Amino acid sequence: MRHFVKLVRPYMIWAVVMIIVPLLLIVLYSVTTGGNDLVNIQFTLDNFKRMTEPVYVAVFLKSFRLGLLSVAICLVIGYILAYFISRFNEKIQNILVLFVTIPMWINTLLRTYAWICLLADKGLINTFLGWLGIPPITMMYTDFAVVIGLVSDLLPFMVIPIHTSLCKIDTSLLEAAMDLGANKFQTFWRVTFKLSIPGVLNGVIMTFLLSISTFVIPKLLGGGQYMLIGNLIENQFISVGDWNFGSAISVILAFIILIAITQMKRFDREDNEEE
Amino acid sequence: MSNVLIELKGLTKNFEDQQVLKGIDLNIYENEFLTLLGPSGCGKTTTLRIIAGFDEPSGGEVLFDGVDISKIPPYKREVNTVFQKYALFPFLNVYENVAFGLKLKKMDKSLIEHKVTKTLKLVGLEGFDKRDVTKLSGGQQQRVAIARALVNEPKVLLLDEPLGALDAKLRKEMQGELKKIQKEVGITFIFVTHDQEEALSMSDTVVVMNEGIIQQVGTPEDIYNEPENRFVASFIGESNIMEGHMLDDLLVEFDGYEFECVDKGFKKNEQVEVVIRPEDIDIVEPQEAKIQGVVKSIVFKGVHHEIVVETEQRDYTVHTTDYFEVGLKVGLKFGPDDIHVMYRMDWE
Repeated sequence: MRHFVKLVRPYMIWAVVMIIVPLLLIVLYSVTTGGNDLVNIQFTLDNFKRMTEPVYVAVFLKSFRLGLLSVAICLVIGYILAYFISRFNEKIQNILVLFVTIPMWINTLLRTYAWICLLADKGLINTFLGWLGIPPITMMYTDFAVVIGLVSDLLPFMVIPIHTSLCKIDTSLLEAAMDLGANKFQTFWRVTFKLSIPGVLNGVIMTFLLSISTFVIPKLLGGGQYMLIGNLIENQFISVGDWNFGSAISVILAFIILIAITQMKRFDREDNEEE
Repeated sequence: MSNVLIELKGLTKNFEDQQVLKGIDLNIYENEFLTLLGPSGCGKTTTLRIIAGFDEPSGGEVLFDGVDISKIPPYKREVNTVFQKYALFPFLNVYENVAFGLKLKKMDKSLIEHKVTKTLKLVGLEGFDKRDVTKLSGGQQQRVAIARALVNEPKVLLLDEPLGALDAKLRKEMQGELKKIQKEVGITFIFVTHDQEEALSMSDTVVVMNEGIIQQVGTPEDIYNEPENRFVASFIGESNIMEGHMLDDLLVEFDGYEFECVDKGFKKNEQVEVVIRPEDIDIVEPQEAKIQGVVKSIVFKGVHHEIVVETEQRDYTVHTTDYFEVGLKVGLKFGPDDIHVMYRMDWE
């Protein structure tokens, strides 16, 4: 076993160079003023102070609201889907999981453009409604469009971990519950759901991370004025060119996500102990 | 043993194109320790699962107290199961595992506590209430599983190879304990195992099964001493099995000699099979016995020696505490009581 440890070294070097160093650089950027070179560094906390301005706080709140909403919708649809898939035999399960992941093979950009075609004022859905005599509904450039885009994009990340944890459940536990007098619903609620919580938490964490940092979907489906954290960071780096402020936002976002994850993990453990 | 509690009538079960049960008829009595014994794939577990309600029979009836329950879901049946790998809920502690069934019945909290404590005491797990079930030893998990089933006061406890995962010493211990618990609670135990020794030492009734058919039902003594056919004789303990025929009542012929026996009721000259247990054969001087042979091998087995004696027709296995040298000419002697005559079966 021991000499295999050596095989990890190239990856460790890679991780240090490509992950740790850039992360540290971002932290460094976030606490310095613009126009520095590596010899002459000016430290400041102004970048963080700027984040407390109402405009930016509003962006954060909106991002979290939409992110949580998307995660919640993903959770409901994703759980039902994963449960449904796990009822089949292994062969069919593999095919169904494949269907769930197929959208991931297509570029996000293309997928999002497809939604534009569907949701646009003169898009597929409104055309169809027109035939039925219903006046067109504005769907593009609304929260609705962004949430739809997010949910469709994130669903596989919710379905797969839940499906995995559902598959791992020993069927004799379900039989034991029934044997002890639990009907189908009680068996699901008291045993199946309990045992799928790790998968649910993984799914929630993953979809939440992705939804909170997305920028392509809100840009395309929400329009140019639509601002979420991801867009804010993208703007700072690409349009405005204020890398220091962009870095500060990234650091704050990373920090909030870190807290959210640790809280959720703790919730998982407490849940196990309390019951 | 008093009343019939469960009655299996013509039970069949098909899985896809395979018939696992080929017509099981069996009466199970109140307060009985009954064991379904057979090699893997004989249908014993399927029979148990049908009684529990996890599998529906393809044909036939399951009568419980005279009522057909084959369509009733498991959660409405008055039976509880101890699963092969215990199937304890990993997210619940010992107390909560045992209380699971009672909580579902919306029982009063103090009553639940009383019953759980009493049952944990019965299985020898007093004070384990708050323990994490995943951190218990195999034997302790086993006891939790038994307590979890018994606390519901079922009329029948089903046990699916519950001792299979335990080591030999613990197994012996649990065998005795299970028997004791069964006496104490006074309900029917249906026990599934492939271990013949386990079946013989614990049961009131042993049901030997093979290939989806019941081979023999009887007390452990019956099964061992009077096997009904070659399968039962070879599955239960070791045996020498000879083909022969019945010359008359109390007279059987095999290996070219006539022997007195205690069996009767066969047709004249009927083809039969004869069983002689290895411990029933005495090794004597060659001239004292009809069958003669040469000691081919001798292996020490702890209490006895296992000796193979080569005769003209076959090798006989003999168990004896005496020692005989390989190559020695000996005679094999057995009395009429030691010869068990069985109907001959055709095996494909």
